[in-house]
Amino acid sequence: MNILVCVKQVPDTTEIRIDPVKKTLIRDGVPSILNTFDAFALEQALQLKDKNPANVKIVVASMGPKQAETMLRDCLAVGANSAYLITDRKFGGSDTYATSYILSKAMKKIEEEEGSFDMIFCGKQAIDGDTAQVGPELAEHLGLHQITYAINITLNEDNTTALITREVDEGKIVVEARIPVLVTFTKTDDLRFASIMNKMKSKKAEIKEINYEDLEGIDDTKIGLKGSPTRVVKSFTPDVKTDGIIIREDDPNEAFEKFAEELEKAKLY
Amino acid sequence: MDFKFTDETQLLQEMVSEFTEKEIAPIAAEIDEEERFPEEVVAKMAELGFLGIPFPEEYGGAGMTNLDYVVAVEEISKACASTGVIVSAHTSLAAWPIYHFGTEEQKQKYLVPLASGEKLGAFGLTEPGAGSDAAGQETKAEDKGDHYLLNGNKIFITNGSYADIYVVFAMTDKEQGNRGISAFILEKGMPGFSFGTKEKKMGIRASATYELVFDDVKVPKENLLGELNKGFGVAMATLDGGRLGIGAQALGIAEGAFNEALAYVKEREQFGRPLSKFQYTQFRLADMYSRIEGAKLLLYRAACMKDEGVPYSAEAAMAKLVCSETAREITWQAVQLFGGYGYTREYPVERMMRDAKITEIYEGTSEVMKMVIWGKLNRM
Repeated sequence: MNILVCVKQVPDTTEIRIDPVKKTLIRDGVPSILNTFDAFALEQALQLKDKNPANVKIVVASMGPKQAETMLRDCLAVGANSAYLITDRKFGGSDTYATSYILSKAMKKIEEEEGSFDMIFCGKQAIDGDTAQVGPELAEHLGLHQITYAINITLNEDNTTALITREVDEGKIVVEARIPVLVTFTKTDDLRFASIMNKMKSKKAEIKEINYEDLEGIDDTKIGLKGSPTRVVKSFTPDVKTDGIIIREDDPNEAFEKFAEELEKAKLY
Repeated sequence: MDFKFTDETQLLQEMVSEFTEKEIAPIAAEIDEEERFPEEVVAKMAELGFLGIPFPEEYGGAGMTNLDYVVAVEEISKACASTGVIVSAHTSLAAWPIYHFGTEEQKQKYLVPLASGEKLGAFGLTEPGAGSDAAGQETKAEDKGDHYLLNGNKIFITNGSYADIYVVFAMTDKEQGNRGISAFILEKGMPGFSFGTKEKKMGIRASATYELVFDDVKVPKENLLGELNKGFGVAMATLDGGRLGIGAQALGIAEGAFNEALAYVKEREQFGRPLSKFQYTQFRLADMYSRIEGAKLLLYRAACMKDEGVPYSAEAAMAKLVCSETAREITWQAVQLFGGYGYTREYPVERMMRDAKITEIYEGTSEVMKMVIWGKLNRM
């Protein structure tokens, strides 16, 4: 079982600011972390590996600048087998469409080294852009079926199908998917810590790099800023909303009276 | 002279800090209140290698340095001094003497499970009548041919009943005083080895402090640690290292309280402005910070000296003396800055102030530290 986990280094959104002129995120001085949902995807892959350490191989790949190596090392420290950084100036400015296209090409390249992937795991979205598009787009580029918003995955005995629990607004849905499949994960179990020894080993581990030149037949019109159909018109910090008021009265009449009072107070009535 | 951490130390500090923030800080107040030994946290730390930091990988350790170990205890103690001393007593007082004085068989049998975190360690030296005067040991070990027969009791034993492996001291030749003490390795479950009362303490209340009772405990000959009648040296060398751990614990407590105070004075408003806008507060925090940083240098230097393999007894004593006094002073100041809130259990500085006091007492009181330091001065 060969699993590719796509990961992204993101700024810690609790400390985010927006450049008022360029309308883009100010990344300087903001700590970078592994995108939380990607961490959940990795955790699910690691749990499959825990059950069958000899037969599950986990490869992590990230498209981003050189600094993303730190995050890839963290992935190795918790148990990923190998890590790839897809990086090139030509990839800069890529939107989700261009990113997923580059990832699909890079995945083919990685498969030359690691063998073909049975499953591809992604976080449901990145906590910086919040688009939730890269995973599904990657599946489309690769012609794979996709299961989104997963919280759990188990494999059948001969590893030909996966039983996936999805979390949706109405509750949970369990679906069975033929392998190969691309799965995007939302919050699952608690994340594991790396042991000191694995952390130290990961520091010296090799992070394999994939550049533009490595991706044969890549279509230049589909990559980078120029290949990105998305245009950011405006970025802004939404006004902070105050907490809502919850009226808890057993008697509906009393509850309504309170409600009316609150409306009056707020000058809405 | 280089005041920078290596990349490895930096990485370790970050990971222990992250673990502490996520796993220890959220329960620190609760385990203090309930006087509950945090078994679940200890199990997690064991899995991650926190219980064998300065020991070689071949013995199940993480293969890192004493400085790394000190930094880890410091990070843990920023949030929870009880958890800090659990790690410190285990590492410095139980695993280290076996690593340093043990035979290869003893290392395989006892150090490997200790360093890998599979088992927890404790150290038994103190007795009701033998505190700072460790030579006044009443616990006896009689040579019975194929074993030693141990009788007596030990008090104030950190990790008490939760440990599995114990380094214990006993008189093997009463007339010889210091030169008649020997060290032994005991295992939980040996017939005649039981636990007495658990202490109710002012601070570090989640650390389990017990009495150990030995009633005709048959200790196999091969469990003698170091040479016969050379136990006092084993104890003193062990405590030198232990003082690095307690210094780190004290420093961590001081930093934890300082961080709380720094955040609080920026938020708390009185007389129409945050406390941090008053120069008195600024000066006080400047003093606190300077004092912490000074203590830190003493501690890190002593740890580096141990790593270099040069004598470091006096330096460890200075580090422990200054770090523990710093912990007492900084936590006291932090409570004062918090005012009435600081005296309540709503904020952690109240716990930190209680936790700080013990660092001036155990593993050698401040007065004993000064005796050790004078020992160096007297030779100058």
